[in-house]
Amino acid sequence: MTISFFYDVGLAVLILGVGTTTIFAHTAFAAVIAFVVYGLLLAIAWVRLAAVDVALTEAAIGGGLTGMLLLGAVARLRHAKVDDIRTGLPVRLVAGVLCALIAAGLASAILLPPAVIPTLAPMVMENLAQSGLGNPVAGVLFVYRALDTLLEKVVVLLALLGVWSLAPDSAWGGIPALRVYARPNATLTFLAQLLPPLGIVVGVYMCWVGAKEPGGAFQGGAILAAMWLLVMIAGLESPPSIGRPWLRLLLVVGPALFLAIGLAGFLLANAFLAYPPGYAKPMIVAVEIALTLSIAVALGMLAAGPPERVRQQ
Amino acid sequence: MNAATLFGLCGAALVGFGLYGLVTNPEPLRKVLAFNLLGSGVFLVFGAISKRAAAAGLGGDPVPQAMVITAIVVAFAATAMAIALVLRLLEETGRATLSSDGPGGTSTDGGNS
Repeated sequence: MTISFFYDVGLAVLILGVGTTTIFAHTAFAAVIAFVVYGLLLAIAWVRLAAVDVALTEAAIGGGLTGMLLLGAVARLRHAKVDDIRTGLPVRLVAGVLCALIAAGLASAILLPPAVIPTLAPMVMENLAQSGLGNPVAGVLFVYRALDTLLEKVVVLLALLGVWSLAPDSAWGGIPALRVYARPNATLTFLAQLLPPLGIVVGVYMCWVGAKEPGGAFQGGAILAAMWLLVMIAGLESPPSIGRPWLRLLLVVGPALFLAIGLAGFLLANAFLAYPPGYAKPMIVAVEIALTLSIAVALGMLAAGPPERVRQQ
Repeated sequence: MNAATLFGLCGAALVGFGLYGLVTNPEPLRKVLAFNLLGSGVFLVFGAISKRAAAAGLGGDPVPQAMVITAIVVAFAATAMAIALVLRLLEETGRATLSSDGPGGTSTDGGNS
């Protein structure tokens, strides 16, 4: 029992308290605010689990971008007619008991671990030196499970296509209506002028340092996306219309380069997504830089939502 | 009990609460929130298990960590899609509900025809 254990207990209690607020809060607005706080607390928990890469992603994407998206939705749903049907007490009781059973099942899996816990960590560390990377998480993302990472980018692009295709016909090729829920004021404008220079440097640094230390394309891209969104929400810059060629190009450059290098692996290293010996690190860094740009644009446009108005010019 | 077990139990409880919110709350937006809570609980359980498997001089197992990073990004993409659907439903029917009775029920003309 050390002092850090009491700190962890306090953190776990806070996470549970704020987490349940997102479920039991009376208004959706309160629930979303609780969710943002919850995301940040969860990021601290990930640091305590020695997963700094995950913590950065959770803070930037889980708390920040998701929170922004939800806040925008709450603002628009504020005047929606909500049915006043509440789930009946018997149903809630049964659901509560069953959900508690599932939680108890998971808890027992944690409390009664198998004798030998399977892990691939030693294999990762043995072969990491060949890739020239210093961050084992980046090694897993870009070397051992590169196919997952590539397909994940495709999933993000598919989600963006899905969001865009929800636009009414008349708004196709228009501008995402990000400004709808912003009442630009002096503080917001000031922040949008002050933060982006710093944030862009942090985002670029995060992408670059990802090869050796915690960080990488996801985290860097999320920070760049946040800076872009801040400028757009403050009204300093209009969101781009979704038909812009530069926008489309930035969206696909990351996955396309990744795929091209993956296919080149057939010729140079005899396998899809394999890197030729000695060139692994420069290739991975190139893919990371391209992916950071694509992720930043894709996350920003996902958060901005479907196009709603046609450009007035 | 160490930190990994503690946060693992915390994750298990979050899964329970998230699932409860998903089942009982009628508002679509609250369901999306609950689903995110459920997801992050699963990630935390996964993270706690991977911390136990820490070996090779690392703080935690990098393989599950990389998978959780991928999962967080995919969860965000799915959330963005779900919210776009809810807002589109509101735009089409003036209601944000999943109940099938009433004017904004299951059979609306998509408006995109």
